[in-house]
Amino acid sequence: MIFGYPLLSVAIWLPIIFGLLVLATGNDRNARLARIIALVGAVLGFLVTIPLYTGFDRLTSAMQFTVQNEWITRYNIYYSLGVDGISVLFILLNSFFTPLVVIAGWKVIEKRVAQYMAAFLIMSGLVNGVFAALDAVLFYVFWEAMLIPMFIIIGVWGGPNRVYAAVKFFLYTLMGSLLMLVALLYLYHQSGGSFSILKFHSTPLPSMAVQVMLFFAFFMAFSVKVPMFPVHTWLPDAHVEAPTGGSVVLAAIMLKVGAYGFIRFSMPILPDASHYLAPVMIALSLIAVVYIGLVALAQSDMKKLVAYSSISHMGFVTLGFFLFNAYGIEGALLQMISHGFVSGALFLAIGVLYDRVHSRQIVDYGGVANKMPVFAAFFMLFAMANSGLPGTSGFVGEFMVIMGAVKANFWYAFAAASTLIFGAAYTLWMYKRVIFGAVANDHVKHLHDITPRETLVFVILAVAVLGMGLYPLPFAEIMHASVNDLVVQLNTFKIPTPN
Amino acid sequence: MNALASLSPIYAEMFLLVMLCVILIVDQFIVNYTKTVTYLLTQTSLFCTVLILLFTHPTGITHLFNHMFVHDVMSYVLKVFICLSVMAMLLYSRSYLMLRGLFTGEFLALVMFATLGMMVMTSASNFLTLYLGLELLALSLYAMVALQRDSAIATESAMKYFILGAMASGFLLYGMSMLYGATGSLDINRIAAVIQTGAANKSLLVFGLAFIVAGLAFKLGAVPFHMWVPDVYHGAPTAMTMFIGTAPKLAAFAFVMRILVEALQPLMIHWSGMLAILAVLSMAVGNITAIAQTNLKRMFAYSTIAHMGFLLLGVLSGTIEGYGSAMFYAMVYVLMSLGGFGMIMLLSREGFEADTLNDFKGLNQRSPWLAFIMLLLMFSMAGVPPTVGFYAKFSVLNSALAAGHVTLVVLAVLFSLIGAFYYLRIVKLMYFDAPESHEKIYIQPDSSLLVSLNGMAILLLGIFPNTLMAVCFVSVRDSLLH
Repeated sequence: MIFGYPLLSVAIWLPIIFGLLVLATGNDRNARLARIIALVGAVLGFLVTIPLYTGFDRLTSAMQFTVQNEWITRYNIYYSLGVDGISVLFILLNSFFTPLVVIAGWKVIEKRVAQYMAAFLIMSGLVNGVFAALDAVLFYVFWEAMLIPMFIIIGVWGGPNRVYAAVKFFLYTLMGSLLMLVALLYLYHQSGGSFSILKFHSTPLPSMAVQVMLFFAFFMAFSVKVPMFPVHTWLPDAHVEAPTGGSVVLAAIMLKVGAYGFIRFSMPILPDASHYLAPVMIALSLIAVVYIGLVALAQSDMKKLVAYSSISHMGFVTLGFFLFNAYGIEGALLQMISHGFVSGALFLAIGVLYDRVHSRQIVDYGGVANKMPVFAAFFMLFAMANSGLPGTSGFVGEFMVIMGAVKANFWYAFAAASTLIFGAAYTLWMYKRVIFGAVANDHVKHLHDITPRETLVFVILAVAVLGMGLYPLPFAEIMHASVNDLVVQLNTFKIPTPN
Repeated sequence: MNALASLSPIYAEMFLLVMLCVILIVDQFIVNYTKTVTYLLTQTSLFCTVLILLFTHPTGITHLFNHMFVHDVMSYVLKVFICLSVMAMLLYSRSYLMLRGLFTGEFLALVMFATLGMMVMTSASNFLTLYLGLELLALSLYAMVALQRDSAIATESAMKYFILGAMASGFLLYGMSMLYGATGSLDINRIAAVIQTGAANKSLLVFGLAFIVAGLAFKLGAVPFHMWVPDVYHGAPTAMTMFIGTAPKLAAFAFVMRILVEALQPLMIHWSGMLAILAVLSMAVGNITAIAQTNLKRMFAYSTIAHMGFLLLGVLSGTIEGYGSAMFYAMVYVLMSLGGFGMIMLLSREGFEADTLNDFKGLNQRSPWLAFIMLLLMFSMAGVPPTVGFYAKFSVLNSALAAGHVTLVVLAVLFSLIGAFYYLRIVKLMYFDAPESHEKIYIQPDSSLLVSLNGMAILLLGIFPNTLMAVCFVSVRDSLLH
């Protein structure tokens, strides 16, 4: 407890309480009030997380800012929170995005404003809970509860096919989660009656068969969220149908939750199964990187294109994890942060176009630069970051993962590096068709450039993307100790090798 | 005086019976159709029964009337919850029944008879007492379903309910008589003791057990003895459906505990296998068939079947852990059912039943608060945290896994995934679709308050489940260790 209050609890509950306040403003007559409360809540929510960064001890891999209270004594379940160098960044990323999402939805959302804003605030708190939870049941509660606001967001404010997308999203993720629940219950009995995640890490699991089964259960939960090939098909649907804010949160935050699960649960709890199945995981990751990259090339819908690009980039993340070296894991974590910024920014940029023209099809645009030069400049930066240009945040993580892959196997690195070509190809080709050329039609002709409100959002994100690309040390140094510890843990096998 | 003091464990039942007679007489002099006096008298009697129960809370296990009646923590807790849920049910259904001309003195008297029957069931320590309580409950329920005389569908479902219910009672009696033949006793503890010695004829015991399990499955509505459930739930007036779907489930849980766990514990290896089949079939048929329903009451009927499967999963673990989780499940289920059927009645008006799925379309636009409560109820039934339904599933799965039923647990999880679909559909209708009518929803302030409390209970118990869980586990533990 630093600064006199339990930082993590505040980071979780403050947005949720503000969300309930927003909900209490009722119907759309009070829309303005709802927006203001939401913005105050979101900004405060971000401000209270800053001490997590400034007060973080970079030299230790132990959990910090820990809170532990009895919760359900019957099952030895604790309200137990804490962050290490891996999770702290995601809490910051999430809290950073909430105000942006609120601002992005400021004017665009006109019906049921209070519910919209409340859903995002509540979700922001729940996501912080996922990253901060050190008790498996607490983690599961936050993990599942997160689905409810997202389901509502996609289904109420989404596009024409929103219902299908929302139900698909919910059922896919629920399927994975329920299997994870069984795995958690098994570990509870195996660890002698504790749901502490850290205790799970040291729980002996001497049978490979059991480890592989548990790995599969966790895999179902996490791979759906990441999403990995071949369970990725919900993502393009959900993204395309979600409102802009929903897409931003999905891409920037929700996908990270799945990847986080791998490094918090699957890998340290099941080191042997992780090593045993690493070739499979790497193969799936590379398929995501290469094949989904090619799929993205073929898209005619901008949001779908960015959605597939997200899957491809998340392939990099899972690839980095399963290389089991510090380069790979640290690179993957940086890639997660960077992808948060970049994909969030891209979805916001597409949202800007969609709000004006009401189309996401690439063919409906052309020559936007003539009418929206400022927007085109920002969009350019984010497109470059998406294709991994050095100097932008996208480069750092990809570069480190490829380095890690070279250490493991040249061909992994070779396949992974192809993304630098495909990524550039689909992003820049899309950019060229939308932004450059002659003014394509009347809609484009009547476009007006971004408003100060939109500019503010883009400036913040541009600073983040460039800042992280030029000087990644503040992001990297905070995770060193925890990543090194994780690598050691990953190479401490639970099944004794016969010799 | 001493004799009266020794009767203290049964004060609550005696009081209820006396008040029941008073109400029957008083009602003769109440002519106005709102029956306010009778209604308030009924609610007050139930409330006083709860108070009496609280004052006579048991210390240890007391037997009464030659071991016919037992007063232990489990029966005490269940009785309190039964009375509270009956009170809530009356509150919910008052205006609904009044609009349909069914809010009569007979209805209130039948409700109290049924309550008395349930209380006797939970405290039975002898097969005869058990059967007495069961039939008092069942006969009241048959009559309640048939109360709407001018409705063909209600009469039909009452008929079905009666015939199948009578058959189930026959099964139970047949089973009980075989156990009597094998052990020479109707006393629950005595039967357990005789079986333990190994003196009883094994094949006769198992034969009797099979009949008893079939009878229980009938009463619980577990597949393949579930045929009456959808028809009765659908056909009966919603208030009666709510009654059938709530408090009697608590009594049924006590029934299962008394027969299978207390009397036939030594035969656990036999009944736990039978229950496993019932549980898996119930979860499968309940969840899959519910998807196809367009009538909400029918959907809830199939969902009940699935929930009973889950409850049996807790019982068949055969541990204190399992019984406690099943009891917790039953309580949570009652809470959710009250809310679900309550919602149907709140949205119903004169001459209009809001019992099809389409009636819930666009509820969020008509009343965001009701829609939110229904959302909580649906996610709770689906077992999604942070609602209490999650912990009910969680504790049942945990105890089944601890007992080594890994396959059953995985099946249960998969079927509850299927179940999530139809609960989700209600949320979808309420939030994503446009309303079919924009008619203003008018709700009595008392039922509005109750439904809000009900919804908040689902959420708050989901955030702080500790106390209710502890109550269930303690009461099971303290009542079973002889």
